[in-house]
Amino acid sequence: MTLFERILELRAAGDLAGVSALIPYTGFVGIGCELDDERLACRLESRHSNMGNTIIRAIHGGVVGALLEHTAVMQLLWESELERLPKIVNLSVDYLRPALCDQDLLARGTVVKQGRRVANVRVEAWQGDPERPVAAAHAHFILG
Amino acid sequence: MPDDATDARLRPLVDIVTNLPHYRELGLEVVDYASGSATLRCDYRPELVGDPQTGVVHGGVVTTILDSVCGLACFLGLEEPQAIATLDLRIDYLKPARVERPIFGFAELIKVTRSVAFLRGHAYQDTADDAVAICVATFMIGSVGFRPGGDGGVQP
Repeated sequence: MTLFERILELRAAGDLAGVSALIPYTGFVGIGCELDDERLACRLESRHSNMGNTIIRAIHGGVVGALLEHTAVMQLLWESELERLPKIVNLSVDYLRPALCDQDLLARGTVVKQGRRVANVRVEAWQGDPERPVAAAHAHFILG
Repeated sequence: MPDDATDARLRPLVDIVTNLPHYRELGLEVVDYASGSATLRCDYRPELVGDPQTGVVHGGVVTTILDSVCGLACFLGLEEPQAIATLDLRIDYLKPARVERPIFGFAELIKVTRSVAFLRGHAYQDTADDAVAICVATFMIGSVGFRPGGDGGVQP
């Protein structure tokens, strides 16, 4: 069974956490995947090893970017009937507020446009209050 | 590498940055630096893989290398040590990184104004002209971001 077939099987069973866990890097930084009010959300758990700024004890901007990218991929897998894993083309991250290392960071994505070959996805991440995002991103993926 | 006088000024800043927890976790190593530029190296490790079928590292690793090296180059290019924080980072992923090869990140400071620094960089593997990703980044200066020097920065 290929990786993508395994992903489709887990997706059919509604096991998003299982899909996420197939990817070694998600374990390295502590990213999980869950359903929150019937919507997919990804969670970066609070870990000292993710700290990139010791003065304000903030999560490394690259790890924030990784959560946003992973959330975009999971959102595409969740809502689209893909035939292979989406490949990232580009990612643009706006850092809006400090993402503090002593709290989990949550993220949700929206597929803005899905064409035949390319998809545009937006993602926001927050801690506590979804109305106060700490980071936002948009990304393009090749689908075909 | 910088000359001795410049190195005496820059080396403590490099040491502070490379001791930050996620730099250490990822194993980022500074291989070159100067006033306003830097090169980092990240070795391949199985736990960094994003696609277990091919063994290619996760895009987040490339993002982290580029954010790190842009931040370091920005830091090293300021006339006086000041707090910095990433405002935005845009990356184009040109091709997958080859498996079991280190990834290097290079960044240079293009322009500094009173509040904002502009940088560009790229990630590459065997040769610097064969990029796997390119990026542009802006940083806020004098913000509540990371600040080197006097009050240390690195806490246990």
